[in-house]
Amino acid sequence: MKYIDEFRDGDVARRIADRLATEARADRQYSFMEFCGGHTHAISRYGVSELLPANVRMIHGPGCPVCVLPIGRVDMAIRLALEHDVIVCTYGDTMRVPASDSLSLTKAKARGGDIRMVYSAADALTVARDNPERQVVFFAIGFETTTPPTALAILRAQREGLKNFSVLCCHVLTPSAITHILESPEVRQYGTVPIDGFIGPAHVSIVIGAAPYEHFAEEYRKPVVIAGFEPLDVMQAILMLVRQVNEGRAHVENEFTRAVDRDGNLAAQQKVSEVFELRPSFEWRGLGEVPYSALKIRPAFAEFDAERRFDVGYTPVADNKACECGAILRGVKKPTDCKIFGTVCTPENPIGSCMVSSEGACAAHYAYGRFKDIPVKVSA
Amino acid sequence: MNARDDSKGGTVRAGYVRPLDIRNGRIDMGHGAGGRAASQLIEEIFLAAFDNPFLRQGNDGASLAIPQGARLVMATDAHVISPLFFPGGDIGALSVHGTVNDVAMMGATPLWLSASFILEEGFPLADLKRIVQSMAAAAREAGVAVVTGDTKVVEQGKGDGVFISTTGVGVVPHGIDVSGAHARPGDVILLSGTVGDHGVAVLSQRESLEFETTIVSDTAALNGLVADMLAACPAIRTLRDPTRGGVATTLNEIARQSGVGMLLDEAAIPVKPEVDAACELLGLDPLYVANEGKLLAIVPADQADAVLAAMRAHPHGADAACIGSVTEDPHHFVQMNTRFGGRRVVDWLSGEQLPRIC
Repeated sequence: MKYIDEFRDGDVARRIADRLATEARADRQYSFMEFCGGHTHAISRYGVSELLPANVRMIHGPGCPVCVLPIGRVDMAIRLALEHDVIVCTYGDTMRVPASDSLSLTKAKARGGDIRMVYSAADALTVARDNPERQVVFFAIGFETTTPPTALAILRAQREGLKNFSVLCCHVLTPSAITHILESPEVRQYGTVPIDGFIGPAHVSIVIGAAPYEHFAEEYRKPVVIAGFEPLDVMQAILMLVRQVNEGRAHVENEFTRAVDRDGNLAAQQKVSEVFELRPSFEWRGLGEVPYSALKIRPAFAEFDAERRFDVGYTPVADNKACECGAILRGVKKPTDCKIFGTVCTPENPIGSCMVSSEGACAAHYAYGRFKDIPVKVSA
Repeated sequence: MNARDDSKGGTVRAGYVRPLDIRNGRIDMGHGAGGRAASQLIEEIFLAAFDNPFLRQGNDGASLAIPQGARLVMATDAHVISPLFFPGGDIGALSVHGTVNDVAMMGATPLWLSASFILEEGFPLADLKRIVQSMAAAAREAGVAVVTGDTKVVEQGKGDGVFISTTGVGVVPHGIDVSGAHARPGDVILLSGTVGDHGVAVLSQRESLEFETTIVSDTAALNGLVADMLAACPAIRTLRDPTRGGVATTLNEIARQSGVGMLLDEAAIPVKPEVDAACELLGLDPLYVANEGKLLAIVPADQADAVLAAMRAHPHGADAACIGSVTEDPHHFVQMNTRFGGRRVVDWLSGEQLPRIC
């Protein structure tokens, strides 16, 4: 596949791996957090960590959209479908996120809820046009990547005068989550989670640009390298991070120059700020309440805001006590540190959100990396 | 010429039944009531297509002569698919291929099929006829006879057009013993061709997802290929067609059944560039996408070349490849050396394969 295979070339990977082995200093540990679930997925699926020196450790960050979606928000969507007889449209991964009462959107669908998987916000709009007698709610989740399409859907619904379309907005913001992690006591005070740098988001950065990360580099003295989602992007970014650490630098560097520039997509940013405004606070699964970390629909578009149109208040719901998703999302623990990993909590029966999406730290490790926990003799 | 029921004074021949209106007709509840309408539907659509001596006897079941001392294999498969017609096939051909292949994967020669239809009230007769004719053509090509069947009609809204269940019976040649439990460490894993074609072809036609593609389903009967492979090497240990759940799930099933592990080589697994690109776009992994005309074979290492040559000589195995080997592993992991140079687990498919968001 052209423009894809070039970024998955094993020979180039081997060369970068050799350089990493030479340049990573044997007398120290390197811990980098890849913020995005897309990077977590690439690292696991292509076996990237196999190619890293033993003293370079990757910490899986909270950038998996469904992993950070709190139970209470999924409950709202389920109530809309089951109690308000609304057609709920959402992205594929969201269907399996565990909610209260052992439900998920998939299970609520089996109980008669009209819940449909869509590939885009525009598809949800089509469902609304095709069902004028029904209310249609787009359960909008995700980081800055998925926010502009939601804004466009709302703008178009307004232009068309659609009376049966609204959005349950759960869009969250990357920079505030990174700040939250850097401000956490484990990182800032105790240093129990040593983070030497970040692999910055790929698709998110196409929208917001490289500039928003300059603050972290400066304020917290942490290098950031923005990288694409292909495995070679990740390898190259790790090498660039190692070099910055070795040289005592903390800059924002851009490995993903084929798609990201400093300013980002200004047209998309303009649409987003036309439709959305900051929420003073939003609950993240695993991170708790994070100030100014999410978006809500501006009053000018109130009629397209499902939270205003329907009587579905938000009730926070605590995670299962045995679940370590919170600590795992902050990088404090590894999936294998969780007592229920791989036993009670599996991809078939996820207890915590990190086990839901293949981007989640637990699901990625379960699906692709488990063999490392139990050394296996390969006789062939 | 058929007599015509016109009012211009012509007489209507005694016993004349006006044929089904295939062009505009639809299934109604009467077609499932067991009366004349049901009998007419069977004669004009099913018997006309499947015609053979077993059906012509007109009994409730088929009486089959079994070769002396033969071991029989029986397999059954229910077919529900949306859309009913897709590039490269339809539910009719699929319902024959699926069951013929299940019988063939036991090392058997498939001989007879049963077919039962659940039709939804309102289903167009023209579509039914097209599906049944496609089934008949698939059965003829595979050399099997549809020897008995049944039809039921459910009310509108209680079915999805048509569901087809088929059961196949076949005979295992003497000296052949193929089973998912027979894989041994050191054996070689062979795959008969490119993966993911069927699943992507069907996905491309889904209402919410239509995308333009030249990919067609690989749906095919594999009994001919299996016969050639067994002729080249009667000691084949395991045969299985990687349908739902794809190659990844099928290999995990075999690993568990045989109590072994597996190590695959990603670079050796054939994937059409179009399928690869569609999967990339949809966030799917071709290893988990369904196939309907491919098989996996596990064979002793010293006979792998002979089997591979036999596969490549057959039209359904032209792209056959050796994709890995069986290992000793108490945890029954299927692992893969990635093209990228890393190694990872290839796990069972969990739930439905859902596209990722980012």
